[in-house]
Formats: sequence, C-alpha cells, structure tokens
Amino acid sequence: MAALVEDTAKNAHVGRKNKKKPVKRYWEKTEELKNSEQNTADGSTSTENTADRSTENTGDRSTENTGSVKRRKGGQIPYGKEDPFPGEAPIPQEQLQKYQRGSKHNVPKGAQRKLKEAIAWSEKVSELAQKQAARYDLLLPEDAGFLEGDEDEDTCRISQEDIADAVDITSGSKYFNLNLSQFGPYRLDYSRTGRHLLLSGKRGHVACIEWQSKNLTCEINVMETVNDIKWLHTEAMFAVAQKKWLYIYDSEGIELHCVKKFNDVLKMEFLPYHFILATASATGFLQYLDVSVGKEIAAICTKSGRLDVMSQNPYNAVIHLGHSNGTVSLWSPNQKEPLVKMLCHRGAVRSLTVDKTGTYMVTSGLDRKLKVYDIRAFKPLHSYFLPAGASCLSLSQKGLLSAATGDVVQVYQNVWGASPVSKPYMAHRVRGQVWGLAYCPFEDVLGVGHGEGFTSMIVPGAGEPNFDALDTNPYRSAKQRQEWEVKALLEKVQPELIGLDPGQLGKVDQASFEQRHKERVDILGYDPLAKEKFKPRSKKKGRSSAGAVEKRKRKVAYEDQRDVIRQNVKELMKLQKEKSSERQQLEKSSTLDRFRKQDK
Amino acid sequence: MKVKVLCRNPDDYVRETTRDIQRVPRNYDPKLHPFEVPREYTRALNATKLERVFAKPFVASLDGHRDGISCIAKHAKSLSTVLSGACDGEVKVWNLPRRECVRTIQAHEGFVRGICSRFCGTSFFTVGDDKTIKQWNMEPPGYGVQEEPINTILGKAVVTGVDHHQREAMFATCGQTVDIYDEQRSSPIRSFSWGVDSFSCVRYNPVETDLLASCASDRSVVLYDMRESTPLRKVVMQLRSNTLCWNPMEAYYFTCSNEDSNLYTYDMRYLKCPVTVHVDHVSAVLDVDYSPTGREFVSASFDKTIRIFPKDKGRSREVYHTKRMQHVICVKWSADNKYVLSGSDEMNIRLWKANASEKLGVMSSREKTAANYNKKLMEKFQHHPQVKRIARHRHVPRDVLKQKRQQTEMKEARRRKEQNVRKHSKPGSVPLVPEKEKHVVAVVE
Repeated sequence: MAALVEDTAKNAHVGRKNKKKPVKRYWEKTEELKNSEQNTADGSTSTENTADRSTENTGDRSTENTGSVKRRKGGQIPYGKEDPFPGEAPIPQEQLQKYQRGSKHNVPKGAQRKLKEAIAWSEKVSELAQKQAARYDLLLPEDAGFLEGDEDEDTCRISQEDIADAVDITSGSKYFNLNLSQFGPYRLDYSRTGRHLLLSGKRGHVACIEWQSKNLTCEINVMETVNDIKWLHTEAMFAVAQKKWLYIYDSEGIELHCVKKFNDVLKMEFLPYHFILATASATGFLQYLDVSVGKEIAAICTKSGRLDVMSQNPYNAVIHLGHSNGTVSLWSPNQKEPLVKMLCHRGAVRSLTVDKTGTYMVTSGLDRKLKVYDIRAFKPLHSYFLPAGASCLSLSQKGLLSAATGDVVQVYQNVWGASPVSKPYMAHRVRGQVWGLAYCPFEDVLGVGHGEGFTSMIVPGAGEPNFDALDTNPYRSAKQRQEWEVKALLEKVQPELIGLDPGQLGKVDQASFEQRHKERVDILGYDPLAKEKFKPRSKKKGRSSAGAVEKRKRKVAYEDQRDVIRQNVKELMKLQKEKSSERQQLEKSSTLDRFRKQDK
Repeated sequence: MKVKVLCRNPDDYVRETTRDIQRVPRNYDPKLHPFEVPREYTRALNATKLERVFAKPFVASLDGHRDGISCIAKHAKSLSTVLSGACDGEVKVWNLPRRECVRTIQAHEGFVRGICSRFCGTSFFTVGDDKTIKQWNMEPPGYGVQEEPINTILGKAVVTGVDHHQREAMFATCGQTVDIYDEQRSSPIRSFSWGVDSFSCVRYNPVETDLLASCASDRSVVLYDMRESTPLRKVVMQLRSNTLCWNPMEAYYFTCSNEDSNLYTYDMRYLKCPVTVHVDHVSAVLDVDYSPTGREFVSASFDKTIRIFPKDKGRSREVYHTKRMQHVICVKWSADNKYVLSGSDEMNIRLWKANASEKLGVMSSREKTAANYNKKLMEKFQHHPQVKRIARHRHVPRDVLKQKRQQTEMKEARRRKEQNVRKHSKPGSVPLVPEKEKHVVAVVE
C-alpha cells in the first residue's frame, strides 16, 4: 500500500520531458547539491539518477495517454509562470477498480433523448463517486501487517515468542495463553468490533473477556454441556447452545431467554445485517431466529442427519452446511430445499469456511483433503492434501487461511492464487487438540481454543487495517454504540431478501416486466411497444430500376446534336437512294429499250 | 526477520476531551460494506414511510371574507403580501407570516372578477361585475382617510379578468372582447374579438411580453400579439377552458384548466395536439397556476380538491383536501416555491405547503444532507412495488373516490366498445386515435 502510494505520487509530480524545467523548490536545491557532492565522489550515480528520471517521465506520459483523468489546459498560476502540476492528480487503475460497482451501462439503440440523458448523467455521477472514493484511499491511516523471513529462513519456522519479542509491547501482549484445563475443550467467538472474546468450555464454562485489556466481563458455569457460543449484534448479548436448549445471556451472565423451540443445537451463526441467528441441530433441523423481535423465521428439516459443520457466507448471508456424505449444501430461510448441493469430499465434511467477498469456499474432509472452491461458478480451484486432515478452518479478513490439524495450527497465504501453495505461512503448536479457531476482526490475531484452554496467536497481515467507524468501530463509546444499534435496527435487511445474489434487488426484473407487458397488451388490444410491421415500399414497377433509368437517360442523350445528325442521315439516305435508283435503272435497261416510246 | 503487526494508537481514534466530537474514521471499501443494495432498499423504504408520516401539508387558514373567494393575486415584489377578492365585492390584503388581514376595501358592487398587481408592486387593479376597472394604491391610506381608488375606468360591458404587462404601463382585460389599456387612458388602445363570445381569462406571456392568451366561452383558447390588430390563432377544444397559465420558465408552453376535468398543456407553436393531458380531477378544473420554477403546477377543482402535477406527467403527484374546504375557485403558487394558496367557496383562503412532508424553518446541515440522501434513495427505488405503493397512496374524499371509480369504468366501457367496433369492421376503417388528439376539435389560424 505504502509503496503504491509513493509510486503514484512520483508519477503525479514529474513534468513532461520536452517542457520547460519545473519551478525550483527549496528541496530540489539541496538534492542537486547532494548530487553534485556525489558526482565529485562517484560519477556513475548521477547518470543513474538521470536515467531513472527519464524512465519516470515515460511512465508519466503513458498514464497521461491511458488515464481517464482530464487535465486542465494551460493551468496558469497568477504570476504568469506555468503550473508544473496542471489538472487533477491521476488515480492509479487498481484503486479505481476497487471501487467499481458493476459494468457501465450502454445506451440502448434508438433510446429516447430523456433516457439517454438519464443514463449519461448517472454514469457521470457514479464515475465521480468512484474517483472520490479512490482518492480517499490516500488518507487511510493504517497499513496492513506483514512477516518476511531473512534469506533461507522460512516464515513458518518463526516462533510466536520471537515475533512477540520483535514487535512493540502492545502488540507483543497479544500473544498469550490461558490455562483452562478443567472445563475444556474450548470454543470461541470474537465480537464484530474485535474487542470482546467469548470462550465456552465443553463442560459448561462460559467467559466473556475484553481480551486486549485482559478484563474479565463475566464468567459463569452453566452446569451443562455447551456446544457452541456466539455473540449477538452487540457485546451486550450472547447465545449459548447448551445440551438441550438454546439460551441467551447478557454481558453480566444473566440468563435472558431460554428458547425451547431450538433444541439440540450444535452450531450457530449470527447474520449481523439481518439480525438473525441461524442454528444447526443434532436432529437435522436448520432454524432461523430473528433476535430483534424474537421470532422464529424458518425451521427447515434438512433430512441429512446430524448437522455439526456450518458456516455463513458473509457476502450474501447464505448458510453453508457440511454433511457426513461429503456434500455441502447452501440454504436460505425462504426455501425448504437447498439452493445448491455440491459434492466436495469422498468422506464426511469436517469443516468449511467462506471468504469475506463470497467468492471462495474452503472445505476439509475426512479424506484428509483441503479443497478450495469458487462458489460463484461452483468449481474446484485447488485441492491440497494435509497428512492429518484439518479439523477446524478459518479465514481472515485479508484472506489468510488457518487450518488446525490435531494440535498444530497452520496459516496459509494465497490459497486461491494461480499456483497452489506448497508450504504454510506460519505454524504453531498448542497444548491440546484444537476445538475452535477464529480470527479477530481488525487485528492481526488468531484465537485458538483447545483442550487445555485458549491461545491468542499473532498472525501479521491477517486483519483489515482500516475500519469504517459507521459500520464497526472498535473504539466506539457507549453513546456511539447505542446510536449505531438504532441505525442498524432501522436498516435491518428482511430475511426474504436472502438469496445467492444480494444485488438482485438493484437489477431490472425482466420476467415480471414481460408479464406486465403481456397484461397491458391484453387490456389495450394492441402492443404499444411493437415496432411497425415491415411493409415493402410500393415502387412504381420497373420505373426506378437501374436499367430503366439508364435507358431513359440514353433516350435523351445528345438531344441537341440529334437533329443535325438526323438531317445529315436523311440527306445521305436520299443521295444513296438516288444513286441506287440510277444504277437500278441502268441495270434494268436493255438494248430494246431504245425503241420504247419516250414519255415527255 | 522483518515483521509488522497492526497496532493502533487509541489517541488517533478516540476524541481528546469529552467536549470534543467523536472521531469517525471512514473506509469506503465495498468489501467492508456488504449487502449494499438490500440495505439501501431498506433505507429507501423507511424514508418513504417517514415521508408519508410527516406529510402534513396544511399550514393555515385565512378567514375574514364574508363571501366566497373569487380571485387571488400575488404581490409582485413582496412574498408576504397576498391580495384576494370575494364575491361580495370586497378586496382584502393579507400578511402571510402574521396570517392576518391588514386592509379591507369595498372595491366593487357584485363580484370582484379579477385582481392583479402592477409589476412594480406599488398599486393593483381590480375588475368587477359593476363594469368598472379600478386601480388602487398598495399603501393603505392614512388614518381617517377614506379608501379611494387612484383611477377608475368605466367600461361598457362586464369585465371578467385582468392581467398586467410585465414591464410597461399597460394592462389587458377581458369580457366581451379582450382590451388592451394604457394606464394613462380611459379607453382601450386596442380591442380584440373573434366571433361573438365572451372571455373568461386573459394572461400575458411572462417572457414574450407582447403575447397574450385568453380562454373564450366558445370552447377555444385564443392567442394574440399586442402589436397586431387581429388575433394570432386559436384552438377549439371539446369543452370550455376556464383559465390558463403560462409556464414561467418555458414560456412557449401554457396549461389550461378545462371543464372536462382535465388540464391540457399546449405548445404555443403547435396547437394541433396538446403536449400533455393531465388527468386526475373528477370534476371541472377551475384554476391553475405554475410554480416559479416551471416544473410543477397546481390546479383547483370543483371536486373540492387541489392537485399538484409535474409539468410533464399525466397524473398528479399530490392531492390536498380538507373536510371543510368546498369548491376551490382560485389557486396560486407562492413566488418562493414553498407554498400554495387556495381560495374556496366557503370564504376561506388556505395556505398549504407545496411539498407536503417538507420541514419548515431552519434546517441544520446534517438535516439537509439526510433529507437529500433520503430523496435520492426514494428516487432510486421508486419503481419497486413496495416503495411505489406507499409513495402513491393518498386518502381522498369518499365521493371523489366513487366518482373516480365510476369514471374509470365508463372509460373502460367506451374503450371496450371501440375495440369491438374495430374488431368487426373493415381493417383501417376505425382508426386508433391517441388519447391526446381526441380533445382538440380544430385549430384556426
């Protein structure tokens, strides 16, 4: 990110090659001085510098040609000198790409003027919005973390202790272990802002921790088996799937609800924009609970046995369920049948997770395979073989995949890149069998729940560096949280809108348009949008064909000369006739003719 | 080993003091904002509902007249002053912000037929059933001094309407003929007539200031040029037009309110067929006035409602009515584009908001942004059935609703009959006549 910005800055700040030298700035003088100093020391550096400059120049020109940014002509500054940086600064293409929503609209042929204008206007406006958003990227305060090894040093061999020592104290304190051997193994969940952590031991231990300050908010033992635990929309409430029923507690640990409609729940997912808690039970039921009104929205019998593998697609709120026969099914609350069923593994599916953009799904199965799918096209991308098979999977905001095999947690980078991954980015061994894995949002932290308690790992580059405070703000005050809650409830998305494509609502509904048009035609008795039937033009027959025209032309050609010619021809003919008549007379005459009576 | 881990300094994200405002760092990355369309749709739906909740258009009622209001006029310069004339010959001058009558004149005997302010706003003209045209000073007379007109012209016939020239000291009246008066003279400098008929309304064109249009009782709308001695052209419709109003921004368009409960927008240059037919009233439309932006107009009808139409739409976007409001005789759109004034039979002038759900008074910038955002959202999702249903729904009086149903049924029957006739006659012998062309009888040059 930093490198990219620097690059653009350079591009923007270099004048054209054949133009006058830009106005001298105070820092340039010092640079030149430095250069001259270097020149005296070593001649080669200066040449290198100029070469560098020239390449930059060419780069600038190319962006000028290709870039869509219009430049002001003759950017004059008041005192008569030319503006060295005329017009708007160009925006790199990748940044613009990031904010592109859909493709551009083409004006349909034969569209009315109004429609044309409306389309052109909306295109202009959206382009402006895109540019402004892309420009704002420069102001984002934080950069993502990273971890790079030295030469012949694998990043996966770097231990957590070394990382914790190398980074600052605050970050270093994010690597810690909680020894909880009594009630394990542990499942965990981070709140949406990433400030609060929920831990639940299989044997009934439930704890809420503000994990950065290590502040224990509440700790209870529900005296029952706990299957899963999830935060609801705020830090004030969480849901616990216990042995029999589903319970909802507040942040003090006080039981608010016991939802008896939801029994034997094994896995839960919370859909934050819909305020829906989706649960999968041992009896094969997938149930949806609207937590804002406390109503069950749908109960779907999946008819595929015990459901203990579940994940949500954060892009479209579709629930993915993994089954023991190796299939993964996609569900929405509006349909009793799965939206999609795909066969992913030879054996049972052990774990699955979906990435933030809703493009990729990663599954692991009993066949010890780890598979990456493109769920827009429902096609497998890569298949990896893990010696022990992954029991838990989790994807971070930046797309790092963590997989737990036994007591080892491995983190992979670029799992859906063009080439398959050969070795992990990081690895860490915890003290017990891993039971739960989750990345902390907006932090470079991976939480691991295992048989002996909880481990918080540092995974550089996992979290999104810049949050949007109107959506999720880790630093929000109580007042801000209240305001956010009201706003979020007001724009709660209705469960009817859950489907594979969340942008469906913004598209033209062709089917119902056709239906409406048909009805209209029925009412009117004719089709108002129909094109006029093609009627061949009734030409005057043969009159306007090319041949006839040519003939007609010929008829009137050389009209003025014709009379003269005709006269000449007539005279000639006459002469010839006379001659021929004379000859005929000569030929006819015989010797006896002289005795004929002369007619005079 | 090179390593960097995300570590934020809380000082950059939390406000410094409690008196400070909260910091709100933004990131517009679409990846961080899933469900863009469904959330926007929900917002649009909420905005539409709230718009209907806050739609309280009635602002005030000005009472004081002792007979039905026959005409209203805007002051040419002052937003807060309105003049009104009643059927008993009384003229009142109102102060709108204080909502009170500041002056009462017994101007005529019988109806006050027309009233108009001079372009400079120093005086106004009234015409009445007593065949007089009177000019009054806008300033009230001193204490103890009797109300006297500046000037009185005694006409030969009843005068039914008056309108003042935009720039010059001339005005036009209509009655048996359309007369152009110079303010300095007592007899008309020009007099137009076309056949024997009477005129109900005359209006100067606001841009081409020498042009005039008038509605005649022989079902025609006649155009004049003041510089010529004969009228320009006229269009004859199936029923009589009551009033007309020029579009102040595109002054080649005018809209006339018709007895057949429709309004017709014409292009002055092409009278053969109206540009738009505005339907929605169920009874004769009595008055029409354009907004100063020229994008909308308001119409008053005999069916006890007033409606607001976008200039290029066939259907109204808004309907105003109250239980007490009777036949609405006259209507005006205020010059600041915010209010509508209606005068009705039951002696009241009512002040309405032009935009029913608009908040009156000063708005903070955040309020303004929110309002603009909501407006844009509603526009974006206006075609979605849920949003459309809520945005379109209006409560109308029972008899209007009934008549509306009846009229649709009648129209449907007529259409069906025509379709059947067409089906059973020689192809092409019963042509499809567009709705627009049905209402024009003839154009006479």
